[in-house]
Amino acid sequence: MPAIKSLEELKRVREEALQKKQMKAAAGNVQVIVAMGTCGIAAGARDTMKSVLNFIEANNLSGVSVTQTGCIGMCEQEPILEVVIGEAPKVIYGKVNPEVAEQIMKQHVQNGMPVKDYVLPI
Amino acid sequence: MREISLHLLDIAENSAAAQSRNICIEINENLQSDLLTVCVTDDGHGMDAETAKQVLDPFYTTRTTRKVGLGIPLLKLAAEMAEGGLSLVTEPGKGTKVEAHFVHSHIDRMPLGDIAATFLTLLVSHPDIHWVFDYRVIDRNGENYEYNFDDTALKVELANMSITEPDILKFVRSMFEEGIEALALQMVN
Repeated sequence: MPAIKSLEELKRVREEALQKKQMKAAAGNVQVIVAMGTCGIAAGARDTMKSVLNFIEANNLSGVSVTQTGCIGMCEQEPILEVVIGEAPKVIYGKVNPEVAEQIMKQHVQNGMPVKDYVLPI
Repeated sequence: MREISLHLLDIAENSAAAQSRNICIEINENLQSDLLTVCVTDDGHGMDAETAKQVLDPFYTTRTTRKVGLGIPLLKLAAEMAEGGLSLVTEPGKGTKVEAHFVHSHIDRMPLGDIAATFLTLLVSHPDIHWVFDYRVIDRNGENYEYNFDDTALKVELANMSITEPDILKFVRSMFEEGIEALALQMVN
């Protein structure tokens, strides 16, 4: 049976994460927002969210805040994902399946270049 | 929706939108009585009797971005397809409790699906809400198995550290996955 995570372990993990975070603090404020209305969830938003979180974990990407928003009225484009980096205007993506999410994380969040094919014209 | 855990995510999102501070998700698999019950309880702004009646109608919504609501009616339909049903208890200013039950062995009952992913998504998306997750299984011999998570201790320990820091995320994700997996393993043995 796998061991259940203990709070002692969390304490250690937190200390390590704190040190790493301080090293990367200059990266600027990055926000990834997944639309989680009924329409988003039915279209696969949870898998999109999972893909974003997996990318952060696998690539040790510090300083990214991941949040959610409700239905923004473009249900046919779900799953929808938004990226906000620093002062730059928000970029809204449509039909973001897990693979597209990974591409956005890599190209846009990590390297600052929006994935043009999936950007929704607002 | 293809999984009951996706419905739970959806209903809990309603709770979060209703300015809840505390949200509890309970999943009860009772193999002895062949019943699966899921429940989302919140202390959000609640609804008056008139609104509570309306939310069961797929064409009712408080949103302004589209004309249909769908969340609760979809869960109700899923429950009724498996010879179950949905109940809604709510009071303005007090909160809301949505409970759905299904005949566990019914051929049309949706799978529970990825419960760990639903828990993780909610915890990450709404860090200011106090979450309690309770997953309980009673097997055919009446043995009780339970996975219980209350985020209080975790949040005290994290203080101002974000859950989306990679190391923390890994910790929390594997905590849910291992906890739920352990429960499944216990049942097999």
